[in-house]
Amino acid sequence: MTTVVTTRRATSSDPGLGPTTRLLAVAWVVAPVTMALTAWTAWRLVTSAPASGAWRPVIWLVAAATLAAAAGTVLAAVRAARLRSDAAGHLRSAEMVDLRRSRSRARNAAWVCLGGCLAVLCVVVFLDFVLANDHAVQRIFLDPTMIGRSWVEVGKAFGHNIFIAVVAEVIVLVWGLVLALARLAPGVGGRAISMLATFYIDAFRAVPAIIVIYLVGFGLPLAGVPVLSSLSPTWAAILALALTYGAYVAEVYRAGITSVHWSQTAAARSLGLSHGSTMRHVIVPQAVRRVIPPLLNDFIGLQKDTALVTVIGTVDAFTQAKIFASNYFNLSAVTVVAGLFIVVTIPQTRLVDRLLQRDEQRLGRKG
Amino acid sequence: MAFLDVKGVTKHYGETPVLRGIDLSVEQHQVVCLIGASGSGKSTLLRCVNGLEPIEAGEIWLDGDVVSGEGVDLDRLRRDVGIVFQSFNLFPHMSVLENITLAPRKIRGSSKEEAQERALELLRRVGLAEKADSYPDQLSGGQQQRVAIVRAMAMDPRVLLLDEITSALDPELVADVLDIVRGLAEEGLTMLLATHEMSFANEVATTVCFLDSGVILEQGPPSQIFRDPQQARTRAFLDRVIRAGRL
Repeated sequence: MTTVVTTRRATSSDPGLGPTTRLLAVAWVVAPVTMALTAWTAWRLVTSAPASGAWRPVIWLVAAATLAAAAGTVLAAVRAARLRSDAAGHLRSAEMVDLRRSRSRARNAAWVCLGGCLAVLCVVVFLDFVLANDHAVQRIFLDPTMIGRSWVEVGKAFGHNIFIAVVAEVIVLVWGLVLALARLAPGVGGRAISMLATFYIDAFRAVPAIIVIYLVGFGLPLAGVPVLSSLSPTWAAILALALTYGAYVAEVYRAGITSVHWSQTAAARSLGLSHGSTMRHVIVPQAVRRVIPPLLNDFIGLQKDTALVTVIGTVDAFTQAKIFASNYFNLSAVTVVAGLFIVVTIPQTRLVDRLLQRDEQRLGRKG
Repeated sequence: MAFLDVKGVTKHYGETPVLRGIDLSVEQHQVVCLIGASGSGKSTLLRCVNGLEPIEAGEIWLDGDVVSGEGVDLDRLRRDVGIVFQSFNLFPHMSVLENITLAPRKIRGSSKEEAQERALELLRRVGLAEKADSYPDQLSGGQQQRVAIVRAMAMDPRVLLLDEITSALDPELVADVLDIVRGLAEEGLTMLLATHEMSFANEVATTVCFLDSGVILEQGPPSQIFRDPQQARTRAFLDRVIRAGRL
């Protein structure tokens, strides 16, 4: 039995409790400071909150949540201290396995405390920014009366952004594929069209979308070309966004098409299928399945760029919000626009993440 | 002139010669097996015959017509010359039935019903009728390869090229695939196949060709090639195969 005890005894190479104690000391300094700062900010938040009824519950909620998080970090510090004293006990009785376990848990608890403090402090700094200068920031960006006054109008105008985005996306789906296939046109005969497509794609990826919108929206009516010049600003915006994003999506399609292994082409051509049939029935269907996540990413970009149509005076959500902003010297209506974009975009980004994850799992299973 | 005639075919990949003057004749209803080490040019030769790889010199004749060189209608040629690959190359986004009926419908203009009926009949013969609606990744390698053979056969090729079709299979799945090839040989299908399965070649081949660095070093009936090879390199190759337990 003695031999067993000997192997458990602290060796000279065991670091003992020194590093853990130092880490814990840091946590015990940082956690109370965080708690104090949070309490001070929460108090200011509640006392200086506007009298407006609808806003008060939200402010109370924010204050309470921040305080709870700060309290959580203090609890973690307490737990870390308890585990460290356990470890000290194990060290005295030379139970090395128990010592290592308690010590490891104590360090984890200390890191939970410190990581939590960092997050809480970030939130506190932001809240202090909002409260700065007698909560002027809050009044300018998040004025409840302004938000209440503007959100219906801005929301209606946002429907316009969605309309532009959806129509442009449908056009882009087709136009991008046409461009990609043109760029991949086979043989010597296809070289000219391939070069032209490459130039188009390079050019429209280089020019900022806002400039294309400006040129199309203001230039075409001036040019007096039949049909094109009589486009409404909305359709001009759709055209401009489709031209720009068609180039991006063409590259997405091309990446998808070239990622389909050449043996698929060999198999299809060996059955006697032409280049066109091979593309249509074998390569493009596989490519499209692969490019759905990057395609959705480009669509998210397109949706956000619908706000750029404000430069040609289309009444979208941003234009509408700017009218409120300049009438009342207050940007809260623009914050509403930002909020609407967040609400529309986040589900899509999550969907993209899910799709990518699913692809990874499928690839993992195969590999 | 033979049904399929390869005359003096040469081919380089960059600076490396792969085929250095291949002469080969395949009569109708014959089964010609190409054996030889990896890199000896077996696969390249097959890919040249159906026009997947252009040849640099020489000619390939099929049924009295030149089918190599500029201006040949390769899509037309490939309806007569089917190929099955080592890696199956089924279309993963299509069901088994769709894989098989695609070419008959799009090229021969068969109706959907007609093409499916024929496909199911062929699938029954290879014992896979119940897999008609499965997707390739739901099948074992052996089943996928049987489907790939059916896909090629659905176009009623006059010559079938088989490119090491059992090399990617687990050993216990090889037999089912070879049974099908054996059946096709008995039915009189003209076949040109590259293979490492020596005993199978010995059994089904009319002629065995030993390829060595881009030339056919020796050819003859299997009894002669396997039992009494004339060339030292053929003997060395077969010795290695025997030492590996493959003959």
